[in-house]
Amino acid sequence: MYSRRLELSVGAFVLLGALCLAFLALEVSGLASTGDNGTYRLSARFDNVAGLTTRAKVSAAGVTVGRVVGIRYDKATAAAIVDMEISQDFAEFSEDTSASILTAGLLGEKYIGLSTGGDPNNLADGDMIYDTQSAIVLEELIGKFLLNMSSEK
Amino acid sequence: MIDWIAGVGRSTLSQVSDLGRASLMLMQAIFGRSNVGVYARLTVDQIYAVGVLSLSIIIVSGLFIGMVLGLQGYTILTDYGSEQALGQMVALSLTRELGPVVTALLFAGRAGSALTAEIGLMKATEQLASLEMIGVDPLRRVVAPRFWAGVISLPILSLIFVSVGCLGGALVGVSWLGVDSGSFWANMQASVDFFDDVFNGMIKSVVFAIVVTWIAVYQGYDLVPTSEGIARATTKTVVYASLAVLGLDFFLTAVMFGEI
Repeated sequence: MYSRRLELSVGAFVLLGALCLAFLALEVSGLASTGDNGTYRLSARFDNVAGLTTRAKVSAAGVTVGRVVGIRYDKATAAAIVDMEISQDFAEFSEDTSASILTAGLLGEKYIGLSTGGDPNNLADGDMIYDTQSAIVLEELIGKFLLNMSSEK
Repeated sequence: MIDWIAGVGRSTLSQVSDLGRASLMLMQAIFGRSNVGVYARLTVDQIYAVGVLSLSIIIVSGLFIGMVLGLQGYTILTDYGSEQALGQMVALSLTRELGPVVTALLFAGRAGSALTAEIGLMKATEQLASLEMIGVDPLRRVVAPRFWAGVISLPILSLIFVSVGCLGGALVGVSWLGVDSGSFWANMQASVDFFDDVFNGMIKSVVFAIVVTWIAVYQGYDLVPTSEGIARATTKTVVYASLAVLGLDFFLTAVMFGEI
């Protein structure tokens, strides 16, 4: 009644499930590619982060180097502080690195672009980037444009 | 009018007492002393019946749903010139929604109805009563292994469904429609998070597994022991289980992904 074939097929079924979990973890969600060598944390102060979300990517020269892990509001300076986790593989950003909020494509998601400067000292874990360029808010742009139009007349 | 109100009251009372009986049955089947060795073997038997035998339908439907997602997604995304996002679209819809939900619906139709009919026929032919007569608790001997088998099998089936679906999407998107293979998988890996998406999908699947199997074994255990009763209980299993899955899915989605 309790045959070996049945045992074998149930075992194979469970094994197949485990393989699929591994496939989903490695191939689909890319679990292994994040945090190979650990990460370090940088913060940046922006006047405006409209549209940026956590888990947005942080890129330098178009290469993804980390992720946004938190967005806070700093009451003292009335600015937004963005916390980023940068992979240790990309640990060489100079102290005068600037950060800007960019948009992927016309309607795409917001991400942070880092461009490194010429300072010989590098940013370390927990450092803050002050040289930033805020998100472009379409309404503000249109408002400025309309203002210019009316003042020209 | 009075009759109608009385009818509403009666049916509400009977629904509530149904729920109570179902909960008591589940408690008695799961908790309480039992010989673990024997029941583990019975559970393995049932995993074969509800899990292994459902594999073919799960794999085939997973493949086709993945392929349809690839095809539909491509025609829409290509309008916006962003067909690289195809992998992301296929993987996110499968891991978050389609995988758990469609697997649970198929499972309710394929395995749930079979469970109900099997237990119902045992009741109608008085096998359950005979078991009780010789001192074996039918809840523990018949219901519990089937319940656990369902709870174990459905999440595994769901994992298989999602994996096969992603491969199906890749087959259509990359091999046939010519989306770049690198950007297909890289976009997928960049946007799918293991804990937020895959793991939450699995939690959904476990919840659906408990609900679907519970409904199936309860309908079988509680039916009117006639051929008509079995037919009605089997229908009820599929209808109630499908509605419960779709309804619960909304609430689980609201809790898990609502703030995003």
